[in-house]
Amino acid sequence: MVSITNLHKKFGSLVVLNGLNLQTPESGIIAVLGPNGSGKTTLIKSILGMVVPQKGEIDVNGQKVKKHWNYRKDIDYLPQIANFPGNLRVQELIDMIKDLRGKEARDRELIDLFKLEPFLDKKLSNLSGGSKQKVNLVLCFMFDSPLIILDEPTSGLDPVSLIRLRKLIQQEKAKGKTILITSHIMSFVEEISDRIVFLLEGKIYFNGTVEELKTSTGEKDFEHAIANILTENHA
Amino acid sequence: MLKILKYSFYDLSRSRWSYVYFFFYLLLGVVLLFLNNDLSNAVITLMNVIIILVPLIGTIFGVMYFYNSREFTELLLAQPVRRSSIFLGQYLGVAISLSASLILGLGLPFIIYGLFQSGAIWDFASLLISGVFLTFIFTAIAFNIALSNENKIKGFGLAILVWLFLAVVYDGLFLLSLVYFQDYPLDKFSLVASMLNPIDLSRILILLKLDISALLGYTGAVFKQFFGTGLGAFTSVFVLILWVVFPVWRIKRIASKKDF
Repeated sequence: MVSITNLHKKFGSLVVLNGLNLQTPESGIIAVLGPNGSGKTTLIKSILGMVVPQKGEIDVNGQKVKKHWNYRKDIDYLPQIANFPGNLRVQELIDMIKDLRGKEARDRELIDLFKLEPFLDKKLSNLSGGSKQKVNLVLCFMFDSPLIILDEPTSGLDPVSLIRLRKLIQQEKAKGKTILITSHIMSFVEEISDRIVFLLEGKIYFNGTVEELKTSTGEKDFEHAIANILTENHA
Repeated sequence: MLKILKYSFYDLSRSRWSYVYFFFYLLLGVVLLFLNNDLSNAVITLMNVIIILVPLIGTIFGVMYFYNSREFTELLLAQPVRRSSIFLGQYLGVAISLSASLILGLGLPFIIYGLFQSGAIWDFASLLISGVFLTFIFTAIAFNIALSNENKIKGFGLAILVWLFLAVVYDGLFLLSLVYFQDYPLDKFSLVASMLNPIDLSRILILLKLDISALLGYTGAVFKQFFGTGLGAFTSVFVLILWVVFPVWRIKRIASKKDF
C-alpha cells in the first residue's frame, strides 16, 4: 500500500526524519506512535505530498508521490488541527470538497451519524472545537478511498462521538482498507490497531503487533510498554 | 485549476473588501468627472491616482488574501489537485477580481458620461489596460513575498516596502542620478531605467498616449521617439508581460518546494 524507503527530512538544522523505511500491509489499522516531535505528522504529510522530503522515495499503491498529485484521490486524510476557511458554511465546505473530488460521497449518512444536521447552515468560524472535528471527520470519511490517514482523530470529541468514530474505523477496516492513525490516547490505540509503528529520532524503532511490543519490552500493560521504550532511550 | 479559481473568486465575491474597492473607484470616477467636467482631463487626473494606488491595493490585497486563506490552502493540498493549480488559481482569483473592480468601478461612470461618443476612449482604454497590468504584476509580487515569509508582519512590511520603493523611492533615485550625471548623455539610461520599473513604464505609456509628452521636455522627445514607434510600444508591452510572467513563474517554483 504505502512503501517508504530512506526518507530524510530536515527543517533548517532540525532533523525530523532520518532515513526512515516503512512498508504497510495491504489492509489493517496501523498506529504511528512516538513522543512529541518524533516526526509523526511530518511522516504523514510527506505521504500526502504536503511536506517535500530532502531524500527518499514514497510510493502509494505503486505510484510515486514526488511531483505527482493524482495518487491523492486514493487517500482520505484527517488533519490534526481542523482549520477551515472561516467564512464558509458547513454545507458549502462539504459541497466544495465533493466538487473538487468529483466522486460519489456518503456525506448524508455521516452527517446523521455525527448529528451535524443543525450546524449545516452555520459558518465554520462559529463552530466549537468538537463540532469542527466532526466536520473534519465527515470530510475525511465521505469518500470511499482505499487508504485512510487519521492524524489525532480523537481530539476534542465527546465520549459518544468517540464510540461512533471507533465503530466507523472498524467498519472501514472490514472493507479491507489500510488505515494509518496517530494518537496519544493509548487505550484507543491498543483497542483498534493491528500494528504499532514506533518512531524515535526520525527512524522506526519498533514495528510489530501490540502483543509483540508487550513481549519485547517485558511489560504486561500497553501503556507501560510504550513508557518503557521511552525511558530506555531517555527520550 | 478552474475549480480553484472558481472558489477563490466565490470567496472574494463575498468579501467586503472587493466591494469597498469597487465603490471607491466608482466614487473616484464620478467625482473626477463631476469636477473636471471633461473626459480627457479626468483621464489625466485618474492616471496619477491609478499609478500609485493600483499597485498599493494589489500588494496589500494579495498579501492579505494569501495569509487569510492558509487554511483553505492546506485543505486543498491534501486533495487530488496539482500544487501549482492551487496557487495559480488563487493568484488569478485575486488578480481578476481586483481588475474587475477597477474596470467596472471606473468604467461605469465614464460610460454613463458618454465615453463611447468621445475621442478619449482609447486614452481611457490604455489607462485601464495599464491598471490591469499593474494589478497582475503587484498581486504576483505580493504572492511571492507571502509565500517566502511565514511571518505575517514581516510579509506585510516587506510588501509595503517593495511598493514604496517602486512607487516613490525609485523615482527619487532616478531623479538624483539624472541630476548627478547631467554632464553625460542620459537618454539611453533614462529609457532603460524607466523600463525596469513597471509603475514608471505604465505612466509613460499613458502620458504618451495622451499626447502630452511635450510636458516632459527634451527627455519627452526622446521617449516619444522610442515609445511612440511600433517597436517602442511592442517593447514596453513585452516588458510589462515579463513583469507578470517572471513573478508568476517564481510563485510556481517556490510553491513546489514549500512545506505545509
